[in-house]
Amino acid sequence: MSDDWRKYIRRIEELAAASGLKFHPVDFEAVPDSFMMEIAVYGLPVRMPHWSFGVRYIYQLIQRHMGHSRLFEVVFPGNPGHAYLADSNGLAENILVTAHVLGHADFSRNNLLFRRCQEQVSERIVEHAANHARQISQAIETHGAQRVEAALDAALALEQHVDIDQLLRRERYPEYLEESRALADDQFRKRFAALEPVAAGTGLEVKKRAPVPPHAERDLLWFVANYAPEMESWERDIFLAVREESFYFYPVFATQIMNEGWASYWHARLLREADFVPQQAYLDAIKCHSDVVRPVAAEQQVSLSINPYHLGFSMWEKIVEREGLEAARSIMEQDDDFGFVRNHLSRELAEELGLFRYSARSDGQIKVLEADLTALHEAVLAPKYNFGAPIVSAVRVRNDGTLELAHDSGVDGRGLDLERSRKVLDYLQRVWRRPIVLTTVNQAGSTLELTAP
Amino acid sequence: MSPEDPKQADKAGAAKWYELFSRGARDWLRHDEKVREAVRANLPEIIAGGDVINDSARTVRVPVRMLEHYHFKLRRPEEQQGAGQGKAKPGDVFSDPSRNRGPGEKGAGGRDEGEVQLLLEFKIDDIVDWLWEEMQLPNLKARAGPSDETDWTREGWDRRGARSRLDRRRSFKELVKRRGAPGATPTFTDEDLRFRQLARRRQPAVHAVVFFMLDVSGSMSDRDRKLAKTFFFWVVQGLRREYRSLETVFVAHTTEAWEFNEPDFFQVTGTGGTVASSGLNKVREIIDARYNPGRANLYLFYASDGDNSVSDAQDARGALSSIAADACFTGYVEVSSGLSRQLATETGKLFAELTAAGCAAGSYALNDFDDVWGAVRHFFTAESHAPEGARADGPRSPASP
Repeated sequence: MSDDWRKYIRRIEELAAASGLKFHPVDFEAVPDSFMMEIAVYGLPVRMPHWSFGVRYIYQLIQRHMGHSRLFEVVFPGNPGHAYLADSNGLAENILVTAHVLGHADFSRNNLLFRRCQEQVSERIVEHAANHARQISQAIETHGAQRVEAALDAALALEQHVDIDQLLRRERYPEYLEESRALADDQFRKRFAALEPVAAGTGLEVKKRAPVPPHAERDLLWFVANYAPEMESWERDIFLAVREESFYFYPVFATQIMNEGWASYWHARLLREADFVPQQAYLDAIKCHSDVVRPVAAEQQVSLSINPYHLGFSMWEKIVEREGLEAARSIMEQDDDFGFVRNHLSRELAEELGLFRYSARSDGQIKVLEADLTALHEAVLAPKYNFGAPIVSAVRVRNDGTLELAHDSGVDGRGLDLERSRKVLDYLQRVWRRPIVLTTVNQAGSTLELTAP
Repeated sequence: MSPEDPKQADKAGAAKWYELFSRGARDWLRHDEKVREAVRANLPEIIAGGDVINDSARTVRVPVRMLEHYHFKLRRPEEQQGAGQGKAKPGDVFSDPSRNRGPGEKGAGGRDEGEVQLLLEFKIDDIVDWLWEEMQLPNLKARAGPSDETDWTREGWDRRGARSRLDRRRSFKELVKRRGAPGATPTFTDEDLRFRQLARRRQPAVHAVVFFMLDVSGSMSDRDRKLAKTFFFWVVQGLRREYRSLETVFVAHTTEAWEFNEPDFFQVTGTGGTVASSGLNKVREIIDARYNPGRANLYLFYASDGDNSVSDAQDARGALSSIAADACFTGYVEVSSGLSRQLATETGKLFAELTAAGCAAGSYALNDFDDVWGAVRHFFTAESHAPEGARADGPRSPASP
């Protein structure tokens, strides 16, 4: 790839700064398509080895061979941010992508959820993940590939089960209950105190051990790493490494519509204002833009999924048009996708974009449902609840070390997929090393217990 | 690439690490390895199915799903709700053929994991190796009794010979020895050259002929035949490990007997009763016409439902013992789907007598595809325990008619 686009970076950055974007500096690097694909598969440029990434890699290869997906850029927030551009991009694409990347950089520096997570994970997630990968390669050397793989099987299976509202570096539960139960102030005690004032004052107070966990614990990675009865320290490290990466991935996941929309809005706007871009490159870039943000593939009339680029882009355009850039910026700072979609996807916009709800039967028949804005919001957001995972908490550790997990079917609306859940319990059992019991509900709604082993 | 050498480092910098190493490919390989491990662990079940046998190629194709790394997921609802975009009005109904392809769940990236099937090819030799390891089957020794077969073997050296048989090392040693003497020529002379010589020697019999005899009378169902085929297939694989060359002969019989080629053999359906002696006589005939028991290791495997007609018992006994006298091993599998008479049939009795008489013979009842492995193991264990020299190259004739 020629480096022509590099001379535009500075000018686009100046233009972006003049338009009010506030971002950390970004390192741009052009990399081969094969590496782009790996970044997409792993989510990070260097990440721990695990066979499940191999599975994703195969799917990605298949998709690419079918011409379904083309990756222009991947950007990692941080100070400095890292942007990887496919070296097969043309000049126009790179100009567009540079602007797009700056949109992301602005978003990740200012959005509160991103800021909060970055404060905890640090602004150098790329380096941290590479460290984890190295740490795990060392573990493989010391403890053997199989044992490390068993720990990773369990940890990565629980990667969505973190509690983002808690701190990344979280204290263990207090060991004792706070109020040590004072003994009853009865006649006997009074007389005893009169006889032996010292003993009565100190020795008889009973400290009561707090139950573990004291409340239902959603952060399974943290809980297992801290309270597994027989886990080895390197295994705990693996759990905590996966957890740290999950803390990084959460804001990316939970603001995808806003974030991609914001970046798309800014690449379109910056491109319009960039008079220094040659005419032909501008036209090519506009074409590329419309390919990225189109709602449905060219040959289709209807799509059963929503392109987050298109939805986010349209919403931001509408917001800026109606409420001005200042208001849009403060929405960008404060919301995540849940607030964003619920508050700003209006009935008119939904109609304009042709959004609909549908219900698909298992035989492949699909029915478009009545327009209902609130239900539409929830249909858009449903795959995003709780990091896309069912709500499973640790509720008790029995005296023999048996771990009790409970699935909150009341919130999730239905029970767990039993076959998969059993497999996850099998993974987990290999590091917990004591029995595990999971309660959920079956089809009929009655309680069901899964156990491992 | 050392940091002391900036020029070198610069050059190396041109090739980034990610161009030299693919993590995706590494983890992909690990995935495939896991698939192979899983296949290997369930090998008997997977390949007992019979459909996987690819006759021409020496491979077995096993369709496998991509492995899934499991996460907690909600049960698949009866009706899945979602949000879409496009020209659609409430009440519109359309069908999406891609949706009823399989039970795969939509993954986070919108990709339908579980849809892709890999067709892994396994070399039959590998599989047989695994099985022998897994089932702890003995590695059979070739029955290397003396035979009429002779072959040239290398033996000794001589000063004359064809140039192509010049033994350079040996010749050089001669030179060195001779040079030790005072006044010797320091270069090669004709005296130093040594040529390898050949001699004709008797060879152990390394050739095997396997007779597969199948009862195709009306009482044998398709399934019975398929059971027999699967069993025969693995028997051949097992014997192939042992013999340099292996020939198969297929004989089908009802009240008559015919020789077939392999593809036709398993298609044949006959009507009428079962007369085992007709098949056995046919085998005898073929042995006499084409093979010399002194040169080849003969095996007979017979699959039948066991319903031999009672009047045939005497003839069958005679024919069978005459074959058993020449064969390394005779085996009988009773494919009696559903019926668990367990070898208490006419044919079963014949073979039982043979075993009782001390011949290398065995029987096994095959009710289901799961039994195939039991049968293979049974026969190969019996084979290796058969007394050395059971091959009738001596006067030992176990069953005098």
